[in-house]
Amino acid sequence: MLFGVEWDTSSNLAFAVSIFPILLRGLWVTVQATVLGMAIALVLGLILALLRMVPLKIVSWPTAFFLEFVRDTPLLVQLYFLFFVLPDFGIILPAFLTGAIALGIQYSGYTAEVYRAGIEAVPRGQWEAATALNMPATLTYRHVIVPQAIPRIVPALGNYLVSMLKDTAILSAVTVLEMLNVAMLLGDRTFKYFVPLTMVGGLFLVVTLAASSLVRFLDNRLPKSGIPLR
Amino acid sequence: MEDLRQLLVPLLKGTTVTLQLALASTLFGGILSFAAGIGKLSGNPLVRWLSVGYIEIFRGTSLLVQMFWLYFALPLIGIRLPPVTAGILALSLNIGAYGAEVVRGAIQAVPREQYEAAIAVNFTRRFTLWRVVLPQALVEMMPPFGNLVVQNLKDTALVSLISLSDLTFRAQNYRNLTYETVPVFTATLFIYFFLALAFMAVMRLLERWIAVRVGVAQGRARA
Repeated sequence: MLFGVEWDTSSNLAFAVSIFPILLRGLWVTVQATVLGMAIALVLGLILALLRMVPLKIVSWPTAFFLEFVRDTPLLVQLYFLFFVLPDFGIILPAFLTGAIALGIQYSGYTAEVYRAGIEAVPRGQWEAATALNMPATLTYRHVIVPQAIPRIVPALGNYLVSMLKDTAILSAVTVLEMLNVAMLLGDRTFKYFVPLTMVGGLFLVVTLAASSLVRFLDNRLPKSGIPLR
Repeated sequence: MEDLRQLLVPLLKGTTVTLQLALASTLFGGILSFAAGIGKLSGNPLVRWLSVGYIEIFRGTSLLVQMFWLYFALPLIGIRLPPVTAGILALSLNIGAYGAEVVRGAIQAVPREQYEAAIAVNFTRRFTLWRVVLPQALVEMMPPFGNLVVQNLKDTALVSLISLSDLTFRAQNYRNLTYETVPVFTATLFIYFFLALAFMAVMRLLERWIAVRVGVAQGRARA
């Protein structure tokens, strides 16, 4: 019994049907971790991208180093680092939260790059025109640069969302009961790994294909000329 | 000093395993990339659908799920793989699926005129692919391949979860024995970081070498 649901091992089909609701509970945790992780990555990435652009080298260089470091080291080791090191400093978080933070930090390295590339892709002429009109930098960003950067940024962020969804499986290494860990638990209890693991693969495939087509749909619907901010 | 030695010796042992895994899966992944990337553009529908199926399945599910599936699920249908084989197989199949999309994209980016010219001078399809299209596409593939090589290096850390004693596994072991969490994981992260920098440097050299080779070949053809 898991999450109050009994399973039936009389046949593979009966087993698959009976554990489906249990796996869906795991999938729900997977989705929650992805949403929270992405929220952290979006905000932290923006802060880091802005710090990276600060004209003071004492700020921009350490930020650039941090971003490179975070991107080039494995999520699993970063996760262990947070999971085992934070308690040493008296910060005791539930495994789920530590996992979401680890996802957020790793992906902030990618989102920061997406923000930077999106802003740099806006043609120089736009800046020059704003300067010619005597527009201050804040207004230029708000009304000229950011609206034109958004259509480039959103699809790229969407792809990272899909990628993060798949990476949440790594949280199983620190006891988070997301979909893969639920399947492993079912396998440990019944010695039937094949059915739950195959179902997890199938569920991941369905969810990521749906999420990717949503991203593609968004990409097609976004006006390429820009989105005005009110 | 003695403490540092005690820490670094197991970590460096793990690093050699990580390096071997990364090199092996990069090599096999590279071969799979070309096979599936070219296969996806094949005229033969069976080859095309096999390639598409492979690419979608391995890009659409988690690497860890693939690895656990190969290691824990396959024995139940009678195929028992040792952890090294399961690890390398999962890593190669996964990165190969990503690489296949790079190969396909680069081949499709080769201008149409190149194909038309090849037809005009009566080259066979195979000759056109190997001598006209792939050399030009290869130059385009190298920067994204560089990213994938680093991605694959980072992914090797997951083999520690199927009991292979790579760098991450050794770090975990050391922590469990000594509870010296901060030094172990800091050192581990830096080793991965330096490995990634080294891999990137090699890929950049390779990229330049290929660009020069292809450039030279084109110059000779024009002369």
